[in-house]
Amino acid sequence: MSQTKAAVKGTKIKLSKGDIIFNVIIYTISVILILVTLYPMYFILIASISDATKVSGGQIMFWPEGVSMKAYRQLAEYSQLWVGYRNTILYAVVGTMITVAINIPVSYALSRKKLFGRNFFTFFYLVPMFFTGGLIPTYLAVQKFGLLDNFWVMVLPFSVVPYYIIVGRTFFSNSIPEELWEAAQLDGCGYLGFFFKIVLPLSKAILAVIALWAAVGQWNSYFNALIYLRNDALQPLQLVLRNILISNQTISSMSSGAAAVEAKQMADLIKYAVIVVSSAPIMCMYPFVQKYFNQGVMVGSVKG
Amino acid sequence: MKKKEKRSPQTALREIRESGALYLLMIPSIIIFLLFTYYPMYGVVIAFKDFAPSKGIWGSEWVGFANFKQFFSSYQFWPTIKNTLVISIYTVVVTFPLPIALALMCNQLHAKRFKKFFQVSTYLPHFISTVVMCGMIILFLSPSTGIISKIVGLFGIQLPNLMGSAPAFPHIYVWTEVWQHLGWDSILYIATLSSVDPSLYEAATMDGAGKFKRMIHIDIPALLPTATVMFILRMGNVMSVGFEKVYLLQNTMNSGTSEIISTYVYKMGLLKNQYSLSGAIGLFNNIINLALLLLVNQIAKKLSDTSLI
Repeated sequence: MSQTKAAVKGTKIKLSKGDIIFNVIIYTISVILILVTLYPMYFILIASISDATKVSGGQIMFWPEGVSMKAYRQLAEYSQLWVGYRNTILYAVVGTMITVAINIPVSYALSRKKLFGRNFFTFFYLVPMFFTGGLIPTYLAVQKFGLLDNFWVMVLPFSVVPYYIIVGRTFFSNSIPEELWEAAQLDGCGYLGFFFKIVLPLSKAILAVIALWAAVGQWNSYFNALIYLRNDALQPLQLVLRNILISNQTISSMSSGAAAVEAKQMADLIKYAVIVVSSAPIMCMYPFVQKYFNQGVMVGSVKG
Repeated sequence: MKKKEKRSPQTALREIRESGALYLLMIPSIIIFLLFTYYPMYGVVIAFKDFAPSKGIWGSEWVGFANFKQFFSSYQFWPTIKNTLVISIYTVVVTFPLPIALALMCNQLHAKRFKKFFQVSTYLPHFISTVVMCGMIILFLSPSTGIISKIVGLFGIQLPNLMGSAPAFPHIYVWTEVWQHLGWDSILYIATLSSVDPSLYEAATMDGAGKFKRMIHIDIPALLPTATVMFILRMGNVMSVGFEKVYLLQNTMNSGTSEIISTYVYKMGLLKNQYSLSGAIGLFNNIINLALLLLVNQIAKKLSDTSLI
């Protein structure tokens, strides 16, 4: 192994002319891509703390000017945003726990070759990946079971996710060998005891991956809330954001007395600030949990 | 790998008993799936009925294919189908190969720190939520105050109101999608490339292959199986363009190209209460998706040995 590496390194020293041109092209494109990716996010950050008139006048491009926290102070007083924030955190915490608790045991059960009716159950969980009742019938079902405008509609009805089940199943069938179960059985361990005492502690990686996916999914989604929730007090953050960013709902406290142009500029500034406030937590968390995400992509790619 | 064994009834019984605890683990999910996923599947019959909420699904009258006929003959039929196809095919054509290209390129970056930084920064936009993403698009593209019009303005170009222009909509949709997910979608391919046997490169170099040739003859074949599976999965969803983003970017001025099947189903069904018509459109969409998935799967099976089902 080290020999081959050394050999590859050795060849790298004498780059041909073609290789040098190739490298220049590759690195140039990479730098351009990095700039194109990072600049919009950087711009939002500097715009949100700059002077509103200068931002809409196009004078802010590379660094903030007329720094003030005005927009953030206005946001702090906008209670609906914080209600949304609280709701989203609740949905994310409860929803993630339910999703993990419901899908992981299924993955494990389906990964056991001894499960009688394994093919039937696999089919049962996979069909909805390709065929569903559609929006209206699902809506009618939710309505029928009394979950419209209810906290639980956000965390319970759609918590079984075939994709998570497959990913988990692949993980379990690769990492929990049948022999382990046989050994535990000899020691008088039942399937359930084995699952809770031995399998789960060995499967922290897959638990983390599924939990992260579920949490990010809850954080981002607005579709279910849009369809099943009417009550303002239950709205998640993304719906509040939609009102501010897309529907241009103005935050009442600020438009009073201000001239129309100024109000519009301030509204734009608030939009930049609200983007920062709502995206910062997940972006800051990302470097710490990045390895689980990558792991998840890898686990998910292995065919089960 | 499958072993077909004849089971005697006794062994079957024993197996069921032994599986008992495993069934226990599945019960909660089975209940939820039956109530909220399988039960609504039965609800697709409203597509063949004249559904009235007061009568319930079963009590409503059968009308055969009347709802489908109404959809096929409505003036909205061709535009929504066409818009859905344009956006989805455009999306696949652009967002399927680009992550592969990015992975190939990333694999050529040998400066470790730079490579890491490149990866982390290209992944980052993936974590922006759809709502925020659409908010950013609208803010940036504003013809009077948006940063893009200001930057383009430096070169003396006057930007039209892109969000209000129907021909621009598919481009905006697809290229912002690229910006947001390109890096993320390449992770899988980058990982696949990192497992290529280094002696292959060494041998190719001995034979006088330059970097470019090595990429063409080693890296690309290494990615093909993964790419095939990803492609099949993508094709199965061709007709279900994400509702969330399109709906948020849609306005009356660009609806000529932005009204797609899922937004139409939503408007017809939940905003205009035409449950049956909406159900019929949804079912039609569903069936096309399923057919496409099976078709692509078959083709892939014939062409290579990689398939999904």
